[in-house]
Amino acid sequence: MRRWLLPTLFLAVLIGAWQLAASSGALADLLKLESYVVASPLEIAESLWQSRSLLAENAWVTLREMLLGLGLSLVIGVGLAFAMHLSGVVRDTLNPLIVVSQTIPILAIAPILIIWLGFGIWPKAIVVLLICFFPVAVSTFAGLGTADPEATKMMRSLDASRLQILWRIETPTALPYFFTGARLAVVLAPIGAIFGEWVGSSSGLGHLILQDNGQLETARLFASVVILSAMALLLFALTALAQRRIITWR
Amino acid sequence: MRQDTKMPAETEEFAGSIASPASAAGSGTAVSIRDLGHTYGELTTIERLDLELPAHGVLGLVGPSGCGKSTLLELIAGLQQPSRGEVEVGGATGAAERLGQCALMPQRDLLLPWLAAIDNAALALRNRGVRRAAARSQAEQLFERFGLAGFERARPGELSGGMRQRVAFLRTLIAGKPVLALDEPFASLDAITRAEMQQWLAGALGTDPRTTVLVSHDIEEALYLCDSIVVLSNRPTRVVKQLSAPAPRAAERDEAVTDPAFVTVREHAMQALRDGAR
Repeated sequence: MRRWLLPTLFLAVLIGAWQLAASSGALADLLKLESYVVASPLEIAESLWQSRSLLAENAWVTLREMLLGLGLSLVIGVGLAFAMHLSGVVRDTLNPLIVVSQTIPILAIAPILIIWLGFGIWPKAIVVLLICFFPVAVSTFAGLGTADPEATKMMRSLDASRLQILWRIETPTALPYFFTGARLAVVLAPIGAIFGEWVGSSSGLGHLILQDNGQLETARLFASVVILSAMALLLFALTALAQRRIITWR
Repeated sequence: MRQDTKMPAETEEFAGSIASPASAAGSGTAVSIRDLGHTYGELTTIERLDLELPAHGVLGLVGPSGCGKSTLLELIAGLQQPSRGEVEVGGATGAAERLGQCALMPQRDLLLPWLAAIDNAALALRNRGVRRAAARSQAEQLFERFGLAGFERARPGELSGGMRQRVAFLRTLIAGKPVLALDEPFASLDAITRAEMQQWLAGALGTDPRTTVLVSHDIEEALYLCDSIVVLSNRPTRVVKQLSAPAPRAAERDEAVTDPAFVTVREHAMQALRDGAR
């Protein structure tokens, strides 16, 4: 109860203050702006309703980019973690390169992806992948290493093969770590999708945000942001739910 | 492994029959340790050891904490290879061959929390490629025999300490290996449960004799469960004294450990332990 009530109340207070500041014109005066540029929460809600079909269409495009990118991130992140865990050569080769991959400014290489992959869903999904595989790979790899060495000895004594130790001991041990990485990935995914769309796209919430920005449609711009945030929250909740269903022993 | 054996009645004298070779697991496997030395980096953990354990014998390793008892057990069980000398289990000296003949029961029960009790017990069968249903039905019969019936599907977290140790012991037994390596199996239990479990283990080994090496820091426990005990010194480990347990012993643990002959041997062992700890 308290976990929900306190943040909800606080958010309501913030929105209420914003509403007052915007509708009274105080916020516009403070920022030295025309009042129509400063959208109030009520105007944003109104825009959400009025542009609902346009927003839904574009949200669907962005959601598909996020889901494809996330799917790739989970598969590739987990695959890298297992490969590095099982092979010292792979670990020593890839571990530094994975860190290097995160030092590359994604925004700078996104245009190249557009040139190479065109304007479709793929360059956006790849940007999501580049951002999201990292927390999955790093945390799953760390988790695989935390298996109790005594349990491993016990399994060896019970005739377990390397792969059986991996599957019966190390993988379940790594699951909570994997989910920590997955939850991080899920909230990072919208950032990747929006980046990808900003560089080159003809639809999607990122595309819509750019347009609305140019036309000073601040209310609908905020409406897009609200939807993006809601999608990330939904994915986060689904991940948490999956974790609770799968990890039943904690 | 025999499944038709019933749990012995409490009055039956199974404690005295631990070493009796007339039983289930065939003729048994002997363990022989010759001129064993072990170093860990710069540190000499085992100075020099010679030990003989006949087939179906139960040997206790007693010594101060950190004296290398667990290392010795891992060396026997094939989880490590000695720096010097030989460990021979059933005629084989290679680590892989020893690993194939020994089943280790570690200090903590190490039941896997993501598996039901029955699946924990059946781990060795699953590792050998037995299908889940077949492995479960084989383990189920032992659950009944060891007083765990009704707890097959319980998660380890739902079991009491004593039950967890029983499941861990079943897991070791089900591997069907001729040699059991038990590392302080009851160290984590309270005094009452530990006494119960000692009597239970004596019964279990009585019905299904195996060559057994038991590490313990509790002299009484070792003497009650074993045919003979070896008192080990502080690191670097050597044998201070080898003592035979008084036989036959009463089936009731409390009766056995208060017997004057038992108490005398226990005092000898205690003195040896003091000598070795110096």
